[in-house]
Amino acid sequence: MRTKRRMGWHRYVNLMTVATTLTVIFVVLPILWMIVSSFKGPGSINTDAVLPHPWSAANYEAAFSAQSQDPFYRYILNSLLVTVCSTALVLGIGTLAGYGLGRMPMRGKLPIMVSLLMISVFPAIAVIAPLFLILREIGWLNSYQDLILPYTAFNLPFAIWILRNYFLGIPKEMEETGRIDGASPLRTVWSIVLPQAKPGLFTAGIFTFTACWTEFLMSLSFNTTNTYKTIPVGLATVGSLYATPFGQIFAVSCVASVPIAVLVLVFRKSVVSGLTSGAVKG
Amino acid sequence: MADVALEKVIKVYPNGFTAVHEFDLSIADGEFMVLVGPSGCGKTTLLRMVAGLEDITGGVLRIGGTVVNDLSPKERDIAMVFQNYALYPHMTVGENIGFALKLRKMPKAEIDRKVREAAQVLGLTEWIDRKPAQLSGGQRQRVAMGRAIVREPSVFLMDEPLSNLDAKLRVQMRAEVSRIQRGLGVATVYVTHDQTEAMTMGDRVAVIRDGYLQQCDTPQALYDHPRNMFVAAFIGSPAMNLYEGTLEQGASAVRIGSQTVALTDQVRTARPALAGYGGRSLVVGIRPEHLPAVDGQDGPELHGDVDLVEALGSEQLVHFTLDARRVLAEGAHEDDAEQLLKHGEGVARVDPRSAVKPGETARFSVDVDRMQFFDAASGEAITG
Repeated sequence: MRTKRRMGWHRYVNLMTVATTLTVIFVVLPILWMIVSSFKGPGSINTDAVLPHPWSAANYEAAFSAQSQDPFYRYILNSLLVTVCSTALVLGIGTLAGYGLGRMPMRGKLPIMVSLLMISVFPAIAVIAPLFLILREIGWLNSYQDLILPYTAFNLPFAIWILRNYFLGIPKEMEETGRIDGASPLRTVWSIVLPQAKPGLFTAGIFTFTACWTEFLMSLSFNTTNTYKTIPVGLATVGSLYATPFGQIFAVSCVASVPIAVLVLVFRKSVVSGLTSGAVKG
Repeated sequence: MADVALEKVIKVYPNGFTAVHEFDLSIADGEFMVLVGPSGCGKTTLLRMVAGLEDITGGVLRIGGTVVNDLSPKERDIAMVFQNYALYPHMTVGENIGFALKLRKMPKAEIDRKVREAAQVLGLTEWIDRKPAQLSGGQRQRVAMGRAIVREPSVFLMDEPLSNLDAKLRVQMRAEVSRIQRGLGVATVYVTHDQTEAMTMGDRVAVIRDGYLQQCDTPQALYDHPRNMFVAAFIGSPAMNLYEGTLEQGASAVRIGSQTVALTDQVRTARPALAGYGGRSLVVGIRPEHLPAVDGQDGPELHGDVDLVEALGSEQLVHFTLDARRVLAEGAHEDDAEQLLKHGEGVARVDPRSAVKPGETARFSVDVDRMQFFDAASGEAITG
């Protein structure tokens, strides 16, 4: 089929490019606004000026100084600890469960997978109250484990789905060769399966990391003291009834976005291939 | 090194399907045994049972005289080459070859030495640090071989290892695999659906159909003396021409359609049972090369209408039609090929200088002494 070749500006301006550009602007503008505003001085944050004048790091200094009323560095460390632990647990348990459900002979695989799918779309708000009562009963409120455990539980189903699908895409003969060569099942998973399932691991890891890093509801409900607050709650509860330090909020938001941005930038190719695995015949 | 013996081995899957029926086969130490048969005949299942990747439902499997039914693949001391090679993509050629030795906790220096030796035998030395993705199909196949030979196993198992290669490379690798196997002298079980591969590589060939062993013999014996119509039609390319015929009283001649071919004393002596078929219908088998075009000499002939001539340089394949009913050996051809075979169609392999042309009626000389005869009902060869 011959298509008419567009000349001049028609080559670049069409419905597709306009729609794409509008979407990108819609998504990127608030992020740009956040970054630019974090460098504005206290006097210019509420003005119409688009760019800071002069550029100032005062908001960053104030937010992360030892004298700050809200210990943001502490919140970030808390978030990092809770998120890294939860992600490690999710990947560890998810790998074994995903491999078991994908490869091992097992009864009731389908009901298990359907249950996992249902759990993964279950609204967290529905379990907050009973979970709060249980955690209070065992004395875990205001701790790290009161977030690590529910985060692991809520993110596991999705990770298991992703990892299982990835394992299914690895030719079975590779594991059989491992068995013939004398590798134990754990050694097979570690030396043969996991290195090939890296994109699946990255995908599950990044989704879990992002979900834990940005989780708000459980963190707000279970950890009320500054010692265990995570960054989303710290950002939401900063300031007083009469003053909100927008400059500092923007600065901390920028810092809090860095881990996610770095992860996605570094592993973006793996994430895309992890999400599309099994979509086309390899 | 060891021999392998299958004694009344059975495989029944949990859904009740029996893939292998009371299978008896013995493979001598150093022998190259090829299992051949159409898709789904159970040959790969058998190989996987020997490897320990499939449970054995019944019967006994011995390797080196030891019953290994319940031993794990590792304990059976076998090495297997898979159809898709199953190379580990994240490891280099050297790491792939040495992985099994690493699992045995062999010293690193010894692993290196053995890997380099194997790589040298297979011509892989310069690729030893490459990843499988950077290799050609033939090189990957050789790495898979290297992974098997470096372990110095008692038995080699190969599951259609050449089927992913293009035709030219397959012919090369066929010779190379045979050379390596003979050099090592290890008992080998080789699965293929390609009868040419089976004939050219195997010391003996076991023809399998629907989980039953049809015949196990040397390639030449299979070709010359097929035990039944299935083996006759499966072995040989182009396939044997099988026609419905009627034997005259006293086995003096056989009628194929409207034509009669006189039989010799040699035929009657070699097959005394033929006498009992006098006046009855049977199946006559004639290999394409036993139907040369007539060049003036006297002797039994068949006349056929030439449909097509394929000139191959060293020979011509003449597709002709007789006014006789063509018999199909069930399962020996792919479904499509069966549909393509017309009523009475046959193939003759003739001299390239023969002036046979499509649309004409050609005379084919019949090598009567090498004709095959089969019982029309059972499909079994009429021999004794």
